[in-house]
Amino acid sequence: MKFTLQIWRQANNKAQGKMVDYQIDNINANMSFLEMMDVLNDQIIRKGEEPVAFDHDCREGICGMCSMHINGRAHGPLKLSTTCQLYMRNFTDGETITIEPFRAKAFPVLKDLIVNRGAFDNIQAAGGFISVSTGQVKDANNIPINKEDADMAFYAAACIGCGACVAACKNASASLFVSAKVSQYALLPQGQTERNERVLAMVNQMEVEGFGSCTNTGACEAECPKGISISNIARMNRDYISAAISAK
Amino acid sequence: MEVKNKIGFLNSGIGQKVTMALTGLFLCIFLIVHLTGNFQLFHHDSGLAFNEYAVFMTTFPPIKFVSYGLYAMILYHAFKGLHLAYKNTKARPVKYQVEKASANSPWTSRYMGVLGTIILVFICTHMSNFWWEYHNGPIPLTKYETSLVNGTMTASTYVGEIAGKKLEYNNADNTLHTVIIKDLYVVVAEAFHNIGLVILYVLAMAALGFHLVHGFQSSFQTVGFNHVRYTKVIQAIGIYVFGIAIPIAFAAMPIYFYLLSIHLI
Repeated sequence: MKFTLQIWRQANNKAQGKMVDYQIDNINANMSFLEMMDVLNDQIIRKGEEPVAFDHDCREGICGMCSMHINGRAHGPLKLSTTCQLYMRNFTDGETITIEPFRAKAFPVLKDLIVNRGAFDNIQAAGGFISVSTGQVKDANNIPINKEDADMAFYAAACIGCGACVAACKNASASLFVSAKVSQYALLPQGQTERNERVLAMVNQMEVEGFGSCTNTGACEAECPKGISISNIARMNRDYISAAISAK
Repeated sequence: MEVKNKIGFLNSGIGQKVTMALTGLFLCIFLIVHLTGNFQLFHHDSGLAFNEYAVFMTTFPPIKFVSYGLYAMILYHAFKGLHLAYKNTKARPVKYQVEKASANSPWTSRYMGVLGTIILVFICTHMSNFWWEYHNGPIPLTKYETSLVNGTMTASTYVGEIAGKKLEYNNADNTLHTVIIKDLYVVVAEAFHNIGLVILYVLAMAALGFHLVHGFQSSFQTVGFNHVRYTKVIQAIGIYVFGIAIPIAFAAMPIYFYLLSIHLI
């Protein structure tokens, strides 16, 4: 397969970036998108130029490291998929593919397609955990948990923090990410002790990081590689409202 | 964890969206009240019911009180909405070269600010057409005389002045009931002889419908109401009642008076 690639090139955080065109040929349809990027970089390096910097790690769709806004969509055109799980057979031969970094004020571009998603770490660190006194391992059945709640908590916990929700949202809102991290504890008995403090701390941090507000377009849910539901956003708002009212 | 709500509810994005949702829902309730009242326009009584309704709405103290709250909420909802939309554009300082938003979200949800601005312009036009005219303009007076014997009613232009908006009395032998009242009905009917105004009103109602298709259900989501069973019901109400039925019913009024003016009905 043959493609014209339009890729955002930016030398560093301070530099002016621009779209640069590349031609690439002899691409196997069963290559992953990132493998195609590897082939491109090989080609660029052989010419003695600077390869395209992009984030990647597990290449199994579970780490949340790969990003890229491909043809106007976070993680490309495939539903419920990260960029690493996107294959070249999902494109048509001869197509022009535009590749841009995730765009948000809170996700500054470090180089080319790499953005700093540290804002998510700061939100997590603000309250996305439970304080547990370590001691002996308790029997797993000590705390009964409703199966439905356990499943819902699990679906929320499936969030890999890739930032596609922010990238897809017209307001660059982090509501889906934060709500998933709030919900995975809010749904379980272990999360109740710090439920109010957690949602306040995480929502406050979300504001500090400079994300936009949620207008319920549903773009985040549609582009989320893990299919996190926006019902989590309703839960976060509910918890935030009640925590803000009862806060001392 | 010792955490206080440092930013404060009303300064947070969620808090501000909650105020948008609550004022929006209040405005939805107002639409129902306004529509119910305006149905008096369709009475075949030369406008008596509508004029009586106009007097009631502008003189009954609790309604006057709520109406000031309503104006405040319209202004708040409009300007806070524009403020949030502006702030949200700041959250993405560098735009995408290619963005395929149509693949992940309905257009109504992405153009709430544009639709809302059209509605705001409409509200200003609408208030100056009728509200301002009714309070400050020269409104003709109409005299409605209803026979208390056989119920027949005649309406005629009243030349002269009355104190207030309405004067009501019976004749000495209790056979004739007379109402002299400010005739807003005729102002409405004449305004919609203008096809340009009719088109503006109909387009504004289309904008209102699209605004509410997203807005109604979105406000429930914002205040935290999302449920596998009830959310579907809320979405259906948002689309069919607030998105389609109510705007069509409102749009029917200018169309009705225009058709009357060209003698098609």
